[in-house]
Amino acid sequence: MTDSWRALSLRDEEVRLTPCPGGPTLVRRADVVVDEDGTAHPVDRPVVAVCTCGKSQRKPWCDSTHKSVRRR
Amino acid sequence: MQLPRPRGPLSEAVHARLECRPGELPPVDAEVDVLADDDLHLALWMLYELHYRGFDGCADLEWDPGTIAWRHELESRFESALRAVTTSYVEEALGMSDDVVDQVQHLVEAVDGPSLAAFLQREATREQVLEFLAVRSLYHLKESDPHSFVLPRIDGPAKAALAELLYDEYGAGRPERLHATLYGDALEAAGLDRRYGAYVDRVPGHTLAVNNVMSLLGLHRRLRGAAMGHLTAFEVTSSVPCRRIAAGIERVGLPDVTAAYFHEHVEADAVHEQVAMRDICAVLVQAEPDLRRDVLFGVAACLHLDVLSAKAQLAAWAAGDGVDRLAEKVAS
Repeated sequence: MTDSWRALSLRDEEVRLTPCPGGPTLVRRADVVVDEDGTAHPVDRPVVAVCTCGKSQRKPWCDSTHKSVRRR
Repeated sequence: MQLPRPRGPLSEAVHARLECRPGELPPVDAEVDVLADDDLHLALWMLYELHYRGFDGCADLEWDPGTIAWRHELESRFESALRAVTTSYVEEALGMSDDVVDQVQHLVEAVDGPSLAAFLQREATREQVLEFLAVRSLYHLKESDPHSFVLPRIDGPAKAALAELLYDEYGAGRPERLHATLYGDALEAAGLDRRYGAYVDRVPGHTLAVNNVMSLLGLHRRLRGAAMGHLTAFEVTSSVPCRRIAAGIERVGLPDVTAAYFHEHVEADAVHEQVAMRDICAVLVQAEPDLRRDVLFGVAACLHLDVLSAKAQLAAWAAGDGVDRLAEKVAS
């Protein structure tokens, strides 16, 4: 589940990934996130959070659903 | 913006001062609820506003020593009351872990109250949703401005992370995506007034306090840790509620543009909560260990005032207050 997406830079920048324990992975310097189905999602924020729990309703982006997954 | 209507002796005195009329600040009544009082918090809000957009036709008193002294008188009462009410939570968080992220998350669980967002999602009338949007406009039309005061007061990786978060809040180079502008669009689409401060006269004391705490923490270098704690608590408690509020807005049939502001914040704040907890607060405490207690104070202060405000708002709605006046205003 967690390794099925890829973050790519179109400018040869080194993409920086920061996993947050129990939460999403923060992605910096990427231009595109390719989800598990191979669909490319443009990155339009300086930093984005990619869902790693699989429960987000806005995949590939985190919508904080992991909080309810973890707690209840 | 015009000066708001005074609500008692303190705000009357500040009102007069900002119009350059002579007078003294009356003593704060010992019985006053310093965390929610209408008069005290309107007075303080006006004094803080001098550091933001200011008031039409008033002299420049932003750094006037007498005016600053009045602000200090009121804000030191506010800060003392906030510290008193949050100390036990902060001590508890300090005792349960050495990790800032764990401590913040502990506070978010511990300082809990009724969910305004759940009420808006499921039960609120269209008029109550409009009331909520109008009252919230006091902050969202200057979204992130209070926390921006901290940028020159911290350094290194925490500064870079705060700048990154603020860049997103400020539209990432696109003025039409400024979050304050998105909120203005949301108000306009709902038939509300998008002008800055348009609804201040109907914002209750408890919600003025929610606004004032951000200025208190943002305007004092001494309180930079608490300001970042506040930002973090705000972001951590935003993403899921925003999804609920958007659903409520759609349920009562308000336009998509109005819901869009909250949809934007589901994603944005899911990012910001992680950045604020880990890359700002934890990194700041690593660089300046003495700030740990104040970071947690800021977290607890944000959460506590939000709980007070949500309780008061839900109680007012249960009693049927407030909504009719706004409905008249929207219709006129």
